[in-house]
Amino acid sequence: MNLTLKIWRQKDSNTKGQMVDYKVTEISEHMSFLEMMDVLNEQLVNSGEEPVAFDHDCREGICGMCSMYINGEAHGPDRGVTTCQLHMRMFKDGDTITIEPFRAAAFPVIKDLVVNRSAFDRIQHAGGYISVNTSGNTQDANATPISKHAADEAMDAATCIGCGACVASCKNSSAMLFVGAKVSQYALLPQGQVEATDRVKNMVAQMDLEGFGNCTNTGACEVECPKGISLDNIARMNRELIKATLS
Amino acid sequence: MSGFFKSSIGRKVAMALSAFFLMFFLLQHFAINMLSVFNPDLFNEISHFMGTNPLVQFALQPVLIFGVVFHFIMGFVLEIKNSKSRQVSYAKNNGSANSTWMSRNMIWSGLAILAFIILHFIDFWIPEINTKYIVGDMSGKLDPELATSGFRYYEELTHKFINPIRVAAYVIAFVLLGLHLAHGFTSAFQSMGGTVGRKKTMQIIGKAYSVIIPLGFIIIALYHHLNH
Amino acid sequence: MALDSRVPKGPIKDKWTDYKNHIDLVNPANKRHIDIIVVGTGLAGGSAAATLAELGYNVKAFAYQDSPRRAHSIAAQGGINAAKNYQGDGDSTYRLFYDTVKGGDYRSREANVYRLAEVSTNIIDQCVAQGVPFARDYGGLLDNRSFGGVLVSRTFYAKGQTGQQLLLGAYSAMNRQIARGKIEMFNRHEMLDVVKVDGKARGIIARNLVTGEIERHSAHAVVIASGGYGNVYFLSTNAMGSNVTAAWKIHKKGAYFANPCYTQIHPTCIPRSGDYQSKLTLMSESLRNDGRIWVPKNMDDVKAIREGRKQPTDLSEDERDYYLERRYPAFGNLVPRDVASRAAKERCDAGYGVNATGEAVYLDFAAAINRYGKEQAKIQNIENASDAKIYELGQAIVQAKYGNLFQMYEKIVDQNPYKTPMMIYPAVHYTMGGVWVDYNLMTTVPGLYCIGEANFSDHGANRLGASALMQGLADGYFVLPYTIGDYLSDDIRTGKIPTDTKAFDEAEKEVTDRINFFVNNKGTKSVDYFHKKLGKIMWDKCGMSRNEQGLKEAIEDISALRAEFWKEVSVPGGDKEFNEELAKAGRVADFLELGELFAKDALVREESAGGHFREEHQTEEGEAKRRKEFQYVSAWEYKGEPKDAVLHQEALVYENIEVKERSYK
Repeated sequence: MNLTLKIWRQKDSNTKGQMVDYKVTEISEHMSFLEMMDVLNEQLVNSGEEPVAFDHDCREGICGMCSMYINGEAHGPDRGVTTCQLHMRMFKDGDTITIEPFRAAAFPVIKDLVVNRSAFDRIQHAGGYISVNTSGNTQDANATPISKHAADEAMDAATCIGCGACVASCKNSSAMLFVGAKVSQYALLPQGQVEATDRVKNMVAQMDLEGFGNCTNTGACEVECPKGISLDNIARMNRELIKATLS
Repeated sequence: MSGFFKSSIGRKVAMALSAFFLMFFLLQHFAINMLSVFNPDLFNEISHFMGTNPLVQFALQPVLIFGVVFHFIMGFVLEIKNSKSRQVSYAKNNGSANSTWMSRNMIWSGLAILAFIILHFIDFWIPEINTKYIVGDMSGKLDPELATSGFRYYEELTHKFINPIRVAAYVIAFVLLGLHLAHGFTSAFQSMGGTVGRKKTMQIIGKAYSVIIPLGFIIIALYHHLNH
Repeated sequence: MALDSRVPKGPIKDKWTDYKNHIDLVNPANKRHIDIIVVGTGLAGGSAAATLAELGYNVKAFAYQDSPRRAHSIAAQGGINAAKNYQGDGDSTYRLFYDTVKGGDYRSREANVYRLAEVSTNIIDQCVAQGVPFARDYGGLLDNRSFGGVLVSRTFYAKGQTGQQLLLGAYSAMNRQIARGKIEMFNRHEMLDVVKVDGKARGIIARNLVTGEIERHSAHAVVIASGGYGNVYFLSTNAMGSNVTAAWKIHKKGAYFANPCYTQIHPTCIPRSGDYQSKLTLMSESLRNDGRIWVPKNMDDVKAIREGRKQPTDLSEDERDYYLERRYPAFGNLVPRDVASRAAKERCDAGYGVNATGEAVYLDFAAAINRYGKEQAKIQNIENASDAKIYELGQAIVQAKYGNLFQMYEKIVDQNPYKTPMMIYPAVHYTMGGVWVDYNLMTTVPGLYCIGEANFSDHGANRLGASALMQGLADGYFVLPYTIGDYLSDDIRTGKIPTDTKAFDEAEKEVTDRINFFVNNKGTKSVDYFHKKLGKIMWDKCGMSRNEQGLKEAIEDISALRAEFWKEVSVPGGDKEFNEELAKAGRVADFLELGELFAKDALVREESAGGHFREEHQTEEGEAKRRKEFQYVSAWEYKGEPKDAVLHQEALVYENIEVKERSYK
């Protein structure tokens, strides 16, 4: 297929960017979206131009590095996939595809489609852990049985890959799905109870400090999340914070 | 605690708490108004009680006004804060792919409802206050001089719904209220953490509430308009 | 220099305990005066950084990704082994040790492997304490599954995302230390050289990938945990950015590089679909617990399937060749990876491959769905269940076990694997070879350590499934933190290492010279052009089976390609900016050297062992034939060009295990 691409180009964080049009030809429908971008970049390099910078690494939907806003949706029109798992069979010959970086004040653009998501790391530093040392003397793994239901739910929350699609899709650039998933994972497990109060307070405080918006429960994050993280995690975080405040 | 209400989640909770209060108020307002269709006498009596009981007038009424004002101001504050959290907007954004129109436009349905409330105040609240506290007529009678006169509330209500333009404005406002509630009801419970594991049920109740209440108000308005 | 593995004396089961009892320790007050650099933040690097910081050292950690959480350990799917014996099926430390040595085709160091098996149980305890949500059964206890090459169930898992959960565990431990200020994290930084002062590793030169600035970082010890070099093949299951640069740079500065030819080709990956392909996707080995691998028996059916005249589901049971079950009745579909991969290649080379490229075999779940369906019908007391009902019940079980993998397959291939068998083919996945280290995980350069996949590791010539995660975390959480203390106990009075010295000047100049060359070269060909060409040489001539002639050609071809690269490579953009092409150019330059050493190592190793299969050395049935005289580790010393590398041998002695023919029949 032949396609027209409208891509956000921005030299660095201090320069203003703009949308630039490109054409690519002979794209196979079996290609992944990033392989299509590789074709464009090879084309640009061969003609001496600078290739489009974009984040990507594992290309199997788990590292959370890729982050494109394609035709008005984070990770494009398919559901349950990251950009690297999006395939060109979702598009038609002659289509125009708009490609932008994930946008949020807390995710400043580094170059072209690459954004800085270290705000997510800083939220985790504020409490995304259980304080246990690697002494080799922790209790036996089976000493505390955990119900399968709780373990499975914790796992579902823990599958978050930290890509930021939730923030990008949210009309308020809220990070609550990301933070809610982490708070939930620990809130659901007995190991997480000891520090539960401080954890939720500190993580929410850091989230606010980073300049993410307020959640208004539109649910866009849940729909666009490549890992299907449930909105329940936000509700659970709200509850945890209310509990922590009242206790 | 004050720190809590400065946090993003605290603001959500504040929004939700004021919403709960307003939704509860709406429910009782609806119930009383419905009486005007089925039992005008009872409607008159309850209206008189509500209009003259000092607890309702001097405790609940200010709280209600505060609730309404708080909900609006908080809504605006959130909207402004949220728009600041994305400085460059998308060239192409397909919001309808992942969320409902209602959820994305709460500020607009809210503003429309605000406009309606102003109209509603001009229609009912200001004349009420004028009659009771400026003129000083606390009798609630159509003719305060006449001992046998009936209550004025039902008459005033039906009188307002003669004008088809006003009826149309009310109907439109109620439709927008319905849209506001369609998202707002479940959203309030979600903000309070009450939807974990029962989101579907809450959504069904929310849909029912957001259809039944505004539709009921519309029926009341149309009933009185057509019955005149 | 003679190789000294520094394995402690004494009976194997006491070595590690005795060793820990007798090493020198650094007192807590002194630890805060000691700096350690950790390059890479995967399972090994992340767990090491966290633990060293916990102990009190000042850690500087480096990752080329934008967050430690994105290291490629995250992509490991199936699970992690540990000799917990929770299933009561006869597992023990010795059995895990035995399975790992045998699985590695008797090409690993006994003492290291025993230690790995010993600490494996601590890892599970540690991870559970950290909040890693491992799968559990209905009684609330941990669940296990089986992996290839073993007869017990010792693999712990978290759905098909075990690596992700373990990495997030290590990342959370790092976060705690970052918050405490004990780890200074350098994201989007790439190490470009190691700095040696008086023969000891004392720092690194790194490039900030956002600004392009070249930075000097000093420390009392340097730990390399930069992963494997599978991307030398261009196409592999590694991440796009996975590279050999850190390992190769230290090799050039004196660290020996061991067994580069030991590469794991994983049997269950999604086949290649075209030339544009940028990477290959793995389907977890756990699928072989329930999937049956086959190709058609008759060539007519193969042709019919390729031309679309027949569907695989049209073939009856006796028209199918379940070749693993046929050749290896004892282990069946759960033979080790090297054996399964070669068997697939054998069938496809014989012309029985089932897709257009002729490079694919079927992995079929119909039997498993049927079996589970019948089981469920019994459990739910459904009498005379219809076929459709059995299918529905069975599908639900398979979905619960492998749902995310099936979904991933469907997204990529656009076929429903519940209805039609998956197509799979082997792909480069893991490299057993790597930087040579002694029992302390120290390289041949004092103060320079190498852990995880980057070292030549405990897996010998072939790694068993679910052992990489075990090794990475064992090295980082439980081994290195002890052994490094023994070395650093001499450094308590050294004080901060200055970076304004000649050694740093020289190292930095080398790095900037090379960067300047790339941005100024203005050649005619892109970096990917060379990488793809290198990958093709490697796959064709150093792939699943190798022979003398092919390897000799590979050495020539790679050498010529490298010469062309240094003439014709084109890197657009400048050096003081975010420039991915520039980063890629540096990595490919190193792959071009490693590739040649790889071929040379394969040429010298005149035997077949594990992932290294020499066509000249096979049994009559086509199985790998080991040779006693090659029972050693090949450790290569850098001498300029790869062809000049000097071989050092570390003899492998087996005192606790009988070296037998490795049979899975």
